[in-house]
Amino acid sequence: MVPQSENHFYSWLPFVTLLRKEILRFRRVSTQTLLAPIVTASLYLFVFGATLGNRISVLEGFSYAQFVIPGLIIMGVINNSFANTSSSLFMSRYLGGIVDLLVTPVTPSQFIMAYTLAAMLRGLLVGSVVLVISFLFATLPWEYPLLAALMAMIASFLFAQFGLIAAIYAHNFDTLSVYTNFMILPLIYLGGVFYPISILPDPWSSLSYLNPLFYLIDGFRHAIIGVGDTSFAIAFGVSATIAATLFVWAAWLIGKGYRLRS
Amino acid sequence: MLLHKTPSIAIVRTMNALEITNLYKEFAGVPAVKDLSFAIPEGEIFGLLGPNGAGKSTTINMVAGVVRIGQGQVQAFGYDNQKEYRHTRRLLGVVHQEIVIDNFFTIEQALEIHSGYYGVKDDPAWRNLLIDRLGLRPHLGKVMIKLSGGMKRRFMIAKALIHRPRLLILDEPTAGVDVELRHGLWDFVREINKKGTTILLTTHYLEEAEQMCDRIGIMHHGEMIALEPTHDLVRKLSNRRLKLWLEEPLSSLPAGLDEYAPTIENGGSVLVLNLPAGANAGVMLKELCRISLNIRDFETDQSGLEEVFIQLTGMGGNNGSAI
Repeated sequence: MVPQSENHFYSWLPFVTLLRKEILRFRRVSTQTLLAPIVTASLYLFVFGATLGNRISVLEGFSYAQFVIPGLIIMGVINNSFANTSSSLFMSRYLGGIVDLLVTPVTPSQFIMAYTLAAMLRGLLVGSVVLVISFLFATLPWEYPLLAALMAMIASFLFAQFGLIAAIYAHNFDTLSVYTNFMILPLIYLGGVFYPISILPDPWSSLSYLNPLFYLIDGFRHAIIGVGDTSFAIAFGVSATIAATLFVWAAWLIGKGYRLRS
Repeated sequence: MLLHKTPSIAIVRTMNALEITNLYKEFAGVPAVKDLSFAIPEGEIFGLLGPNGAGKSTTINMVAGVVRIGQGQVQAFGYDNQKEYRHTRRLLGVVHQEIVIDNFFTIEQALEIHSGYYGVKDDPAWRNLLIDRLGLRPHLGKVMIKLSGGMKRRFMIAKALIHRPRLLILDEPTAGVDVELRHGLWDFVREINKKGTTILLTTHYLEEAEQMCDRIGIMHHGEMIALEPTHDLVRKLSNRRLKLWLEEPLSSLPAGLDEYAPTIENGGSVLVLNLPAGANAGVMLKELCRISLNIRDFETDQSGLEEVFIQLTGMGGNNGSAI
């Protein structure tokens, strides 16, 4: 007879297992999920930190490298958090592996939090490595390090939710790539990674305030170098509100089983 | 022996492993399952049969939680599979019709992960037993994508059993697998059933269903058109045939046997009589005595589930035994 302990249902175990599986998944293909984005960010750092950066000045009192590094870090966080949830969930849907999860006692909240935390881990890991590499090119003032960490976490959380939503709505790989190439990439590039939006002429400067990514980038940079195009409170408030909205949206979709259960 | 009785978990409420009540589901306005009701007592091997599109997989997927229930109720061991889904899913193991694997992991890693999904800590002894019984041991180091189709099927059975479910659902587990694997698989299913696991299976191999199942339900156009113990279903619905070898050949059909659709073969030396389903064999034998045929030998046979299936659904057979 089997000891009763073997039957015990550990309610936390499905969450821990799914989180572990998601982390194992991106570690298993680390060349693609970790190394490639780090190399890309390092190339940006080299181009803007060691070569072109010496000839550009966009913010008084700061070198261009000091200006651009926070933007490059948050860009790595954003791209990789999004890529983790979107590719993992979409592949599960596309290849049918999602049914393995749907028949288990994993709850919608466990589902969303496991995917989110794994994505945050990957995003923040890439961001941290980019930060370490940036030490070769510039010294950052680190005015409010805890607020910078908070903004990075909000950015990764927000884009983990967006990745889940995109994976649920995407019909195929082509649709999924639309989110990356035609939404995130332009919004990042136009959101002040490479220049302060204050140097843009109107109406582009005013329009940039409608870009939600501007608040993430500016808030993170503000926390590091102490100045920004908008106040930190506004950047934080807008970013946190968007993150909370996307979380509710993703939770609603997953709770309902939208496009997951027929 | 490590293959011990399936543990009875404290949360089990009733004796019925599965109870389906007035289940209904439609896709894009087309009903796939219509007002379906049936129950499977604990310990039974239940076969759900039907032609393609009958609603078997939709029913199974509603039980498993992959497809949302349109109307009606599904209870597993007394738990509602919508309101108390954590309990019901813990008690169910599902082998899907399509091969579902995660290419990133090896067999052992994937089994550990699946045990965790069900909130059950990894039990290396049980995991190793499943690996050995299903012949997966030589392939442990391979990632899933490197496994053959048959190995993937075996892995899916192991995956569905890793958390020791009390009801195992097999949705056409032998589709496209070789005879050896099919036999091995059914032997294993019988073995775990004897240890207490209830089985719900669908298969296109009617001979297997006839041999395996205690009871059979036949679905057609989303409805249950027959549900009986396997033997009763075959006996009640299938014709029996009596073949008589005569000492003296007949030149014409004897009078009084018309209701048995008599035919003569071998130049009149063999008389074949058909006893319709539900007819009294004694009456036929009395009639044979009355006409005093000189009978040298006789043979009886009974059509199987395949004929019953065709009779009920109007479907033709395929490959002799598969539908």
